[in-house]
Amino acid sequence: MQTNVDITLRVNGAAVSRRVEARMNLVDFLREELGLTGSHVGCEHGVCGACTVRVDGRIARGCLMVAAQADGAEVWTIEGLSDTGELRALKDAFVERNALQCGYCTPGMLLTAAELLERRPDAGRAEIRRFLSGNYCRCTGYEAIVDAVEMARGR
Amino acid sequence: MTDLVADRWILDRPNSYIGRSVPRPNAPRLAEGRGTFVDDVELGRRTGHAAFVRSPHAHARIRSIDTEAARAAPGVIAVVTGRELAEIHDPWVGVLTHLEGLKSAPQYALPLDTATWQGEAVAAVVAESRAKAEDAAELVAIDWEVRPAVTDPATALDPDTTVIHESLGDNLAWRRNANFGDVEAAYAEADHVIEETFVFARHTGVCVEPRAILADFNPAEEQLTVWHNTQCPHMIQNILATHYRLDEHRVRVIARDVGGSFGIKVHTYADEIATAGLSILLKRPVKFVADRMESFVSDIHARDHRVRGTIAVRNDGAILAFEIDALTGIGPYSMYPRTSGIEANQIVNLMGGPYVFDHYRAQATVVFQNKNMMCQYRAVGHPIKCAVTEGLVDSAARATGLDPAELRRRNLRADDSYPCRSAQGLPFENLSHQESLAKLLEAMDYEALKAERDALRERGVHRGIGLASFIEVTNPSAMFYGVGGARISAQDGATMRLDARGNVFVATGATEQGQGMEAVISQVAATAVGVPPERLRIVTGDTDHTPYGGGTWASRAAGIGGEAVAQAGRALRQQILRAAAAMLQEEAANLDLRGGVVVDAATGAERIGLDEIGRICYYRPDTLPDGFQAELVATRHYVPRKYPFAFTNGAQASYLEVDVETGFITLIDHWCVEDCGTVINPLLVDEQIRGGIVQGLGGALFEECVYDRDGQMLNANMADYLVPMAAELPDMKCGHVESPTAESDLGAKGAGEAGTCGAPAAVMNALNDALAPLGAKPLTDMPFTPRKVLRALGRI
Ligand code: FES
Ligand code: FES
Repeated sequence: MQTNVDITLRVNGAAVSRRVEARMNLVDFLREELGLTGSHVGCEHGVCGACTVRVDGRIARGCLMVAAQADGAEVWTIEGLSDTGELRALKDAFVERNALQCGYCTPGMLLTAAELLERRPDAGRAEIRRFLSGNYCRCTGYEAIVDAVEMARGR
Repeated sequence: MTDLVADRWILDRPNSYIGRSVPRPNAPRLAEGRGTFVDDVELGRRTGHAAFVRSPHAHARIRSIDTEAARAAPGVIAVVTGRELAEIHDPWVGVLTHLEGLKSAPQYALPLDTATWQGEAVAAVVAESRAKAEDAAELVAIDWEVRPAVTDPATALDPDTTVIHESLGDNLAWRRNANFGDVEAAYAEADHVIEETFVFARHTGVCVEPRAILADFNPAEEQLTVWHNTQCPHMIQNILATHYRLDEHRVRVIARDVGGSFGIKVHTYADEIATAGLSILLKRPVKFVADRMESFVSDIHARDHRVRGTIAVRNDGAILAFEIDALTGIGPYSMYPRTSGIEANQIVNLMGGPYVFDHYRAQATVVFQNKNMMCQYRAVGHPIKCAVTEGLVDSAARATGLDPAELRRRNLRADDSYPCRSAQGLPFENLSHQESLAKLLEAMDYEALKAERDALRERGVHRGIGLASFIEVTNPSAMFYGVGGARISAQDGATMRLDARGNVFVATGATEQGQGMEAVISQVAATAVGVPPERLRIVTGDTDHTPYGGGTWASRAAGIGGEAVAQAGRALRQQILRAAAAMLQEEAANLDLRGGVVVDAATGAERIGLDEIGRICYYRPDTLPDGFQAELVATRHYVPRKYPFAFTNGAQASYLEVDVETGFITLIDHWCVEDCGTVINPLLVDEQIRGGIVQGLGGALFEECVYDRDGQMLNANMADYLVPMAAELPDMKCGHVESPTAESDLGAKGAGEAGTCGAPAAVMNALNDALAPLGAKPLTDMPFTPRKVLRALGRI
């Protein structure tokens, strides 16, 4: 069994090459190998969405992909998308509306919300709720998050 | 009880930030993924990663542990058993003297010879990475002698049931009886005596960030530093020092960002204590981060109550008596140091709280069982006492034919009757039940909503309206834990310091887990001193750098931590004004500090800026008058003394629809009117309420730790344990009444648990309102799953 794999990918716009264990998942790779600790681990079995990152333009669960699958991919995390300013309207709305409390779910929530606004710019509240239903938040009760997504859309 | 008169100076300060929805200073950092949670902290390559071997059995003796294969596995640093770890620490016992008779057995970081629940950590593996530690943990071979598991609280005390801790004699942890007035006489006088049995499933906190600890022992200076996502750094400091026989100042606890806690992260978890011990043994940093599966079987569970409740009511609606008989199973030990008796105790103390009645009898029985440990989780006991009380009140409404709102109106304590005492003798300082209910009914347009519900019923749409009034314990004094011998601080401190550029550092013993503490602290500090919040730096969660305090629990951080900041801020302002007066050759009394500038108190004319005061005091003190020493640091502490708690109150309502074909419940609307005294930040309070409501809804509708008869938890993962997600929730409308406590100048009470307290009761009553016309018996067994609904309807 091959235990290590060489991978080359782009993370937040920069080329990265590493030798990783074949079983290492993408979010552990980002956190432990690259120090990108903004992507969080909440369940490691694909339910909570805390590990959401963007892979080749679409959100993906960093705990359900092994890093080796990201070979050749373009990966963006909360850190990179914050630096480019792409998430600014959403982030500002989240802060203003207090749509984050502990903030542990928030990076994943923001990436999911960004995809929602891109793919369904006219989504109503019920559709926003449905789209965010793969992202677990224990703190907010979600209403503020839905509000913040609506606020960000108008900006 | 004392009639208190508060000095509300802080509410009268110019440029006040109290009552404003200022944004949280720490929110942008978290939103950019630049927080520092425990697992984000790296101490370099010598860090060992711990994985625990957990018991697959609910109750089993360890005949032997063979660690040889695990020790030889790649990357393994050490494999440690309970006996090895026991050499360096002392066990603990989770009892408090004010819960008289509560008993528990000594608990070690890893058990010496017997595992008492499925999921209990019994051996530790430390390796170069968590993955390698997990690989090696699978190689630890344990020879188990399986013992019968005690799982059903109802039979835990039977003579032929296995006794979990032989040294205790039986499986009874605690029993409390209370008797006020004459319940039997009340039953004789009543027109209706109604009994119902209510069941509350076990559920758990499911913080998105799991429990985590990174311990670093430096043997050269005997210094243990731990990064820990605890709510109570000073409590953990004391516990680690006590049980590892260290001096307290040799333990530093740092709690940076915490990914939700809700009471889950306020306890002494054996695996976390073990991690600190591993660092001491191995003389290197050791990190443990629970994964989700182990969180489900090791984070405390809560509720798990069966309560037989009785209400006695007259035909005119007057409530004469309540009675309860409550039974709960708390796992194999009482949790340390808060104990696992508090949830039952709260229920006994708080039953019927909003209402005037004279006769009350209660029994609470707390038994040991071979399931994961239970302890305090958000709104401890409140959702239970509220649902039992409010469920019985609705039963009384059905029996008397009175409208549920009217029955409440007739029995709720009058708003002008304070101070007064509850039937159990607890003092209420200042509550607003009648006004809160009136506001709630107005917000929901109660009469119109009833008409809508009735019209829809005609068309075969089954909707229900449910009400719930409640009281809640906040701002606990030392009467909560300290009096029983727990080394848990009820007081909190704040230190404030002016820096050389005129900015203010605020160090507080209160802690932040997302509820918005830093914002609240900054608003109070800015107002008390007289500076804009941008000039503040807030420091929390570090036992080396903050005043001694209790942290965050029982909705205390704003009311107690906030008051300490108010007092420290006022003291610092006065000290600054004395320095300014010395510089300006002016009377300090003629000066004030507003917006970061010292002004003439009468005219508001600018006299001198804070940056200039800082500059002179720190760099040119030689220019100050002879004999004048500027002191630009102030520390104050605060603890409530007159009342054991600041009770808050409120009312909630739920409007929902039941699909009688599928049993599915759709939540349509939810309202909460709540009185937490002075509202420091309306936005934060409302979001505390909303988040709390949703946690209550989770317990009422979805969440349950399902165990089989052998004590195996069957749904210990997030796919099978259901938590509320965005799509199934309604928008929630919040309103407020403000009855400030006169015990503090700020007047703030807690707001963190009100939502969780009342939501299950409101939903239960709404559900039964929807089902009643269909001839279903009231459903009182949470969570209300579709299957239970269909069963109540006789469809399955
Ligand atoms: S950590 Fe990936 S979905 Fe929960
Ligand atoms: S803000 Fe805490 S989990 Fe969402």
